[in-house]
Amino acid sequence: MSEVVISVRELTKRFGDFTAVDSISFDVHRGEIFGFLGANGAGKTTAMRMLCGLSFPTSGSGTVAGYDVMHQGEEIKRHIGYMSQRFSLYNDLTVWENINLFAGIYGLSKSETKERAAELLERLNFASERNTIVGSLPLGWKQKLSFAIATIHRPEVVFLDEPTGGVDPMTRRQFWELIYEAAEGGTTIFVTTHYMDEAEYCSRVSIMVDGQVRALDTPAKLKQQFAAQSMDEVFRTLARGAKRAE
Amino acid sequence: MYAIEVNNLTKSYGEVRALDGVSFAVRRGELFGLIGPDGAGKSTLFRLLTTLLRPDGGEAKVDGLDIVKDYLAIRSRVGYMPGRFSLYPDLSVEENLSFFAALFGVKAEESYDLIEPIYKQIEPFRTRRAGKLSGGMKQKLALSCALIHRPSVLFLDEPTTGVDAVSRSEFWDMLAGLKQRGITILVSTPYMDEASRCDRIALCNEGRILGIDTPADIVSNFNSRLYGISSERTFALLEAARAQRGVVECYPFGECHHLVVDEQFDVAQFTASLSDFNDLVIKQVEPTIEDMFIKLMKR
Repeated sequence: MSEVVISVRELTKRFGDFTAVDSISFDVHRGEIFGFLGANGAGKTTAMRMLCGLSFPTSGSGTVAGYDVMHQGEEIKRHIGYMSQRFSLYNDLTVWENINLFAGIYGLSKSETKERAAELLERLNFASERNTIVGSLPLGWKQKLSFAIATIHRPEVVFLDEPTGGVDPMTRRQFWELIYEAAEGGTTIFVTTHYMDEAEYCSRVSIMVDGQVRALDTPAKLKQQFAAQSMDEVFRTLARGAKRAE
Repeated sequence: MYAIEVNNLTKSYGEVRALDGVSFAVRRGELFGLIGPDGAGKSTLFRLLTTLLRPDGGEAKVDGLDIVKDYLAIRSRVGYMPGRFSLYPDLSVEENLSFFAALFGVKAEESYDLIEPIYKQIEPFRTRRAGKLSGGMKQKLALSCALIHRPSVLFLDEPTTGVDAVSRSEFWDMLAGLKQRGITILVSTPYMDEASRCDRIALCNEGRILGIDTPADIVSNFNSRLYGISSERTFALLEAARAQRGVVECYPFGECHHLVVDEQFDVAQFTASLSDFNDLVIKQVEPTIEDMFIKLMKR
């Protein structure tokens, strides 16, 4: 089996007497596209915050990119990438300013930033847009740029939190091609989505219900296990059984 | 008579043309969907029809009333649920409901029969502050408030965005119930799979309407052969397939890639030239709304 990039065991988060995340365990391997699904209120966001070093678990253990989720939140933040549809780039800054800002936040030196920015602009065919205000770019370009910036520090794993919400069907597909490409290049992808067809694009999918991981396998095996035609059906079967009101 | 009539409506914000000559009509009692991504102009259209904005050009009528001349009369006849949560977070569930009832000069009890199927699901939390509700409960309260004055036309701007697949399906069940009561509903969504829940839909993109029809007829106009292809080597297959003769388009589509082809396409030849994909599966598939949307976008 290939190298493990995310590994959690019995990871739990309680808020008072409410158990938001209830003893979840799984491994994610290098180059995998790992789909992290769950109904609203199932505990996805809380789990993801712990994996991104933004919140510490109440109990359990785990590592992300080799760092301990219990004690090394700051190191984790520096070694992962993060992108969401709601927040990705600053619309009032130029392409270059956005790159420079995020490279700085991720701790790249000036020379590294310069070198990687040039490489990034070249790869995306964006050199002529270097001084363009991001807000004026077409959505598809913004997404490409946003993904490239989220990975500018070459993180081992990138977290994508509903990256394609509200995006047209063509742009959504172009974005998934970027994801495939990055995964084939060895970047691990951890992605949440409400689009069930996107769950089919993942190497493996986990489905959370009431704070627990209730299913975890390849889309093909999950459909087999639940005697379902589509991931949508698998998801509905599991989520309908939820006891927790969102 | 139509409940909503829109004729060549345009609206720009500075240099951005949000609505670029949109026309359509919604019948009384119809559940009509505006399907399209962000930037399609859906929210602008809602703000024009609910008289919160004035158009730059064109005209529209809601419930027979002109959106510019008769704006005040329209406001008491329509219910509007904006895309962003717009209730008062510091008021409780029941206070929000009474507040909106008071604004429209009605009593909440008088509309209880209409909102009951929706409101009873959040009634156990009626003393909770609206800001402390979960996403799904906020959505139900917002819908209850939009219905409190028994509007004849209901405008719902992306009510299911960011909501999980199960809750989305339940929300559409509620809309079907309201339609039964004779309310005309104009609803927008970026989720193509929700189109089938509407009587008719308009596919919208970048301020224009690409097509209007029943969901079934939109799909039946696809007019191209469509195949589903799959292999373990997902990404490589995509690129290889695009280079083959007769392939117009190849894009990821859930568990397989969709392959739109023209008359030059030959299955045997295609399979032969992709022989290094030894697990290649190819089968003819039925197009969906999303395939049609992609096709219309390219036009």
